[in-house]
Amino acid sequence: MKARIKFKKSGALRFIGHLDVMRFFQKAMRRAGIPIAFTKGYSPHMIMSFASPLGIGHSSDSEYFDIELKEAVSGREAVKRLNEVMVEGMEVVSFRQIGEEKKMTGMAIVAAAEYLTTLKKGSLPDNWKEKISEFLAQPEIRIRKQTKRSENEVDIKPLIYKLEVTENCFYMQVAAGSVQNLKPELVMEAFCRFLEVEWETVDFHHHRLEMYADVGNGSGRELKSLEDMGWEMEIETA
Amino acid sequence: MRKLALNDEILLEIEKPARYIGNEVNSVNKDASKVDVRFAICFPDVYEIGMSHLGIQILYDMFNQREDVWCERVYSPWTDLDKVMRREQIPLFALESQDPVKDFDFLGITIQYEMCYTNILQILDLSQIPVHSEERTWEHPIVIGGGPCTYNPEPLAEFFDLFYIGEGETVYDELLDLYKSCRLEGTSRETFLEKAACIEGIYVPRFYEVSYDENGLLESFTRKIQSVPEKIKKQIVMDVTSAPYPMAPVVPFIKATQDRVVLEIQRGCIRGCRFCQAGMLYRPTRERDVETLKEYARAMLKNTGHEEISLSSLSSSDYSELKELVNFLIEEFQGEGVNISLPSLRIDAFSLDVMRQVQDIKKSSLTFAPEAGSQRLRDVVNKGLTEEMILDGAGQAFEGGWSKVKLYFMLGLPTETDEDMKEIARLSDRIARRYYEIPKEERHGKCQITASSSFFVPKPFTPFQWTAMCSSEEYIRRAYVVKHEFQEQLNRKSLKYNWHDADVTILEGVFARGDRRVGKVIEEAYRLGCLYDSWTETFCNEKWIEAFQNTNIDIEFYTTRERDLDELLPWDFIDIGVSKNFLKHEWERAVQGTITPNCRLKCYGCGAAQFGGGVCYEG
Ligand code: SF4
Repeated sequence: MKARIKFKKSGALRFIGHLDVMRFFQKAMRRAGIPIAFTKGYSPHMIMSFASPLGIGHSSDSEYFDIELKEAVSGREAVKRLNEVMVEGMEVVSFRQIGEEKKMTGMAIVAAAEYLTTLKKGSLPDNWKEKISEFLAQPEIRIRKQTKRSENEVDIKPLIYKLEVTENCFYMQVAAGSVQNLKPELVMEAFCRFLEVEWETVDFHHHRLEMYADVGNGSGRELKSLEDMGWEMEIETA
Repeated sequence: MRKLALNDEILLEIEKPARYIGNEVNSVNKDASKVDVRFAICFPDVYEIGMSHLGIQILYDMFNQREDVWCERVYSPWTDLDKVMRREQIPLFALESQDPVKDFDFLGITIQYEMCYTNILQILDLSQIPVHSEERTWEHPIVIGGGPCTYNPEPLAEFFDLFYIGEGETVYDELLDLYKSCRLEGTSRETFLEKAACIEGIYVPRFYEVSYDENGLLESFTRKIQSVPEKIKKQIVMDVTSAPYPMAPVVPFIKATQDRVVLEIQRGCIRGCRFCQAGMLYRPTRERDVETLKEYARAMLKNTGHEEISLSSLSSSDYSELKELVNFLIEEFQGEGVNISLPSLRIDAFSLDVMRQVQDIKKSSLTFAPEAGSQRLRDVVNKGLTEEMILDGAGQAFEGGWSKVKLYFMLGLPTETDEDMKEIARLSDRIARRYYEIPKEERHGKCQITASSSFFVPKPFTPFQWTAMCSSEEYIRRAYVVKHEFQEQLNRKSLKYNWHDADVTILEGVFARGDRRVGKVIEEAYRLGCLYDSWTETFCNEKWIEAFQNTNIDIEFYTTRERDLDELLPWDFIDIGVSKNFLKHEWERAVQGTITPNCRLKCYGCGAAQFGGGVCYEG
């Protein structure tokens, strides 16, 4: 039986990297006594897979990982037990059952992510809000993207699904996952270039709002949050 | 939300920011306004090393059990953050509250190895606390040193207000209560220190003075005031079973060196190897009750969520309930995917059987620590491991499917000859031969015998405390003798030999048996930029040499000089319970090559029986 866990990450926990978050939850599972399944062999490890990693320094309302359970548990009870063993800055939001299909878990299904981005250092020209539509109206948005091996210029426009202003922040929805992934930093870098703002003089904070899977069947995107793909899990308690 | 001492920009700029944010599972937060004493406890090395230390976890838990005390942790900032803190004048802070250490009541530093001495100065310096005890006032915390290196605290005497000699569980309450009442009454810092010096086990260097004769030898060590004791008595816990033990140790976010539950099964060691300081310091051997340990294992695994549990002691095989405990751990936890790691086990039928159950034979290796290559020299150092035992153990293991062996040796032991050195290679080869005696069809390819040697450093309170150590050149020469002999061996293709750095060893030698004058070198080396000397990537021997030259301190006076048995030694004012006479006898027996059986076979009356318990009263 598979379950999906959604959690929030904030405060000091923003400085804990992806691998350490995984280690943290492996130990949390034991502390909370969640009946998680293990692989076989000499060094058995928990069957657990994480969705798209969050950059160091970012906060999030919606981080996910999927696990394999040995037996059913009450989702509500599991959330409560996990939160009893969390630390400040880490909060479990939901614990839901998900489909058994292999390709449905973890990283494999992530298609988009949503961010709230705020300026925390430096300044933007007064008319930055109006400039967003101009920015998006460009035929292409080219930027140098660094990968592990090389650096090349790419057009990120198709990967920006939404870029809007809410109050004094940016709200964006961008491609995420193993096929195409766009970091919010890159969008802001491209935008600053466009505004002719020196990239080194500004700094942004990114807060992940949600992660989505694409459930559309070929004809256009149909995004559904990873949480909504699961359903409440209850067990009979005597 | 908790505040952080470092801003986002700094945290994103440095390596592993998780070292500095605190907030880990089981870390303790209290309301600072509701406690009387704020205690910063420090391991002067990087977070991952410091967090792996059991002693700190014990004291952290013990202090925080007191409602009037809040104990927090401090580690050395790594070199990247060190630079930032200096540049931006950020005072060193404790992890829990993120408050500056300089505002605390106490700064307790555990001193586990000599090569952390410059890091101690870094801690004081970054905390903006004067490095010399003399310059501190009530504006500053009381700086306490503890841990094995404090059995010769003299090189550090100027930097500490007081030293706690021995195991932390005994007189800390008394010290904290004294502090509280002194602060309440408004007594002077000096008066507090004077009263503290009267607590058993507490050494306050400023109340003692030393003089040297024309040859530079220690001439006298005397009290400046009569109210303080002449000798400082080591503190130990006799009932280790009911001593405090942390049921919920702090779980780091990043992987610490010791990323597991640690069960300390006993203190002390019955063996009496003559080079081993711990073996003398922690006498007598005291065991923890096995039923209590089982409960601890259960509670600690539950409270930490660790996936591994390990036993800790100087020689686990000597723990009388070992079988019972190990079988319990396997039965109880292995099914839950908990790894069981068993260091320092003697290789025999039982341990091989256990290892087969808990680890992958193909990947794991057997470990022996013969310390010396020849039986003659093993007798000198009283290492009760014979060649027969090694070959038998290895043989059984090879037949059971193992093919990797690790061997640990020391070079430069007293009376060592070239012949003894060469025996290291020959013994390694004989182990390999034993492997190739197994019919080819039953073997698993080639065997891999890896021998490593470190260089011997004579330590205070051992039978070798008077002996000369070698010069750096001589150590290297010896390593080459061994290396050359390895190339002569039949199975040389299955053998590997490596040795440790000799320059660091020399410095360890100076500090291990140094006196108060040596403090100047540490200060000078720190001024020249020495830091993290136990790390190869940061150790800089040239700067150290420069520091010795600048302070006119002669390295060889402390290292290659053989001490007279009647010489007044800098640490003679400490009473560890083991008598100097016993150490002298042991030295004489060593020279004759006479072994001394372990405490369980025969008591040689070392003096530790005065503590009234442990192995001395077993029979
Ligand atoms: S008094 Fe005897 S039994 Fe006790 S520690 Fe010393 S030698 Fe061992």
